[in-house]
Amino acid sequence: MIRTFTESEFLFILASARWTLLLTVMALLLGGLLGFLVALARTSRLAPLRALAAGWIGVIQGVPVLMLLFLSYYGLSLAGFDLPPLIAATVSMALYASGYLGEIWRGCIQAVPWQQWEASAALAFSRAQQYRYVIIPQAVRIAIPPTVGFIVQLVKNTSIVSIIGVVELARAGNLVNNATFSPFKVFGTVAAIYFVICWPISLLARRLEGKLHARRAG
Amino acid sequence: MGFQFQFQPVLNRLDVLLDGLWVTLQLAGSGILLGALLGILLAMLRGLSGRPVRMLVDAYVELVRNTPFLVQLLIIFFGVPTLGLRLSAEQAALAAIIINLGAYATEIVRAGIESVHKSQIEAGLSLAMTRWQVFRHVVLAPALARVWPALSSQFVLMMLSTSVCSFISVQELSAQAANIESETFRSFEVYILVTLIYLALALVLRGLLAGLGALLFPAGSGLGRLRGQAGR
Amino acid sequence: MPVVQVEGVHKRFGAVEVLKGIDLTVERGEVIAIIGRSGSGKSTLLRCINGLEQIQAGRIEVSGHGLDPSGKGLRDLRKDVGIVFQSYNLFPHLRVGENIMLAPRIVLGVSKAEARSRAQEVLAEVGLAERFDAWPDNLSGGQQQRVAIARSLAMRPKVMLFDEVTSALDPELTGEVLATMERLAQHGMTMLLVTHEMAFARRVASTTVFMHQGKVWEMGPSERIFGDPQTPELKQFLGSGLK
Ligand SMILES: Nc1ncnc2c1ncn2[C@@H]1O[C@H](COP(=O)(O)OP(=O)(O)OP(=O)(O)O)[C@@H](O)[C@H]1O
Ligand SMILES: [Mg+2]
Repeated sequence: MIRTFTESEFLFILASARWTLLLTVMALLLGGLLGFLVALARTSRLAPLRALAAGWIGVIQGVPVLMLLFLSYYGLSLAGFDLPPLIAATVSMALYASGYLGEIWRGCIQAVPWQQWEASAALAFSRAQQYRYVIIPQAVRIAIPPTVGFIVQLVKNTSIVSIIGVVELARAGNLVNNATFSPFKVFGTVAAIYFVICWPISLLARRLEGKLHARRAG
Repeated sequence: MGFQFQFQPVLNRLDVLLDGLWVTLQLAGSGILLGALLGILLAMLRGLSGRPVRMLVDAYVELVRNTPFLVQLLIIFFGVPTLGLRLSAEQAALAAIIINLGAYATEIVRAGIESVHKSQIEAGLSLAMTRWQVFRHVVLAPALARVWPALSSQFVLMMLSTSVCSFISVQELSAQAANIESETFRSFEVYILVTLIYLALALVLRGLLAGLGALLFPAGSGLGRLRGQAGR
Repeated sequence: MPVVQVEGVHKRFGAVEVLKGIDLTVERGEVIAIIGRSGSGKSTLLRCINGLEQIQAGRIEVSGHGLDPSGKGLRDLRKDVGIVFQSYNLFPHLRVGENIMLAPRIVLGVSKAEARSRAQEVLAEVGLAERFDAWPDNLSGGQQQRVAIARSLAMRPKVMLFDEVTSALDPELTGEVLATMERLAQHGMTMLLVTHEMAFARRVASTTVFMHQGKVWEMGPSERIFGDPQTPELKQFLGSGLK
């Protein structure tokens, strides 16, 4: 039976955006945590830790998000967890985010002038105190614009989890398109919702970056 | 748990994976080439045109960059045929890749163009070069040299994103992986293997692009010095 | 007991030996100036005394804390050694007062009230009492350098090391920093300072060390070093400096 694309279809798609947003937030939190550890390891004094973190970043940035999803999905079930797809989706998005955020934040940590390390070392700070009180507070300022920018990538990439049956925006669009077969209307709507989510974030990232540059120049 | 890795059933279907790899290479290769070309053309067009064209180009860039590649792919694959234009899955995929990469490339090259100093352009014009000559030699070449690393990263990302084309059953690498998976039920093994193939592809592509960069913008030349100076 | 004792210190960067057996003793309350050509190893020596560089041979002791090539006891030693660099290196994300309070708070574990009163005290000492709540970026170079000195002083170090602290400053700002250092010396601070300000070294330092090619080439009372140099290298160095 072919249905038409009406308000109820639209609302169904719109409502599915909550899963897109939820996935984004979860991935950002978990991936952020992991990515933070990756960034710390990447700037560690211990060469093996640095190598490990570099390897992690290289692998995550060198494979498709789709593969991370399948590996999480099948890997978790092999490990004996019978979990809803949403969990595998969250895990894969968090892994993905950790590789990119880890690299972004490594750059921010290294952008703090080395003299700041030296000045704090000379004041007898421990390594942990240097990170906690001197380096990270300065790195965070530099990190905000690119991190906000990355959120856009994250939102868009959550669309991929539709393949394992999580009914987020893209999947909802697919379902409605199968029923109504009006692809332009349906996917146009889906695209518009993504755009409404992503564009303001993109603009914000650009504005923050402009501000940061202005402050550094001035 | 008692899970035993069994790669043999998967390795038995290596020929299928190689077929998929070939499709991936074709898609990525032609997509990157044409997408990059589109990006350079649009960035040039934008640089040489007035406000209306600039706004159009910017709208295209913003629309593409703020929506998922998957949705772009679905619109083209399902939508374009309703306009009466027959489109194979491969053609739809290639079109989506070109449109997507084109937008990112436009943005990257635009940033490169804008980083070229006005005085350089004036110097070119004062040497009686035509506008086009100035653009090509004084603006575009240094701009590309500057953004080559950023472009390269985008190319690698695009290559990896070709895996999304399996959603519309283009028989590329990850679609073939799914085929083998449904035959052998060795899901984890298949995807580990395919992940490794993608990783190798990414490494090779990065190496090739770095080599190409060194070739196009040789170290020691002025362009070589610019290479990567304004990476984004 | 001397505050700083440097014995047979060797320092290499890769294959290049930068310090070739340095012996130096700084007594309590003494002010010693180090002069010498660029590249003679002056900065490296100061950085070794603070443990910012590891030494390959020899021994460094600051008020009983030893530092051997293994680098043990580093943090204890640093608590007693203040160092001020050519670039001020204030923490830009912290106000002046916070810059000064941070190390006493987290390294020495003093109370917030105590850290605050220390900060006010040392800021007064460098003549910036009223800039407690200023941001480092809003200060002149000379003021920033004085805050950097105050930040070190708040740790109550046994010795202060100064590495060309006026070299990055505009000429009209060097005076205020030199005056601050001179006042510190008068108040009895033990100081080891690398400087290109020969007149200042001659006036303020009791002893001057001339370093050349990684060695203590000539050393003695400042009056004699500047007034009656013995080695041709020091004569040439002082001669070229006067031009
Ligand atoms: N981290 C380092 N790695 C390699 N070589 C170094 C390092 N730091 C210093 N050197 C070398 O050690 C030598 C001594 O340097 P040092 O900075 O101690 O000289 P200096 O006497 O302070 O000179 P200046 O008056 O220019 O400050 C120089 O040849 C310098 O190039
Ligand atoms: Mg020096």
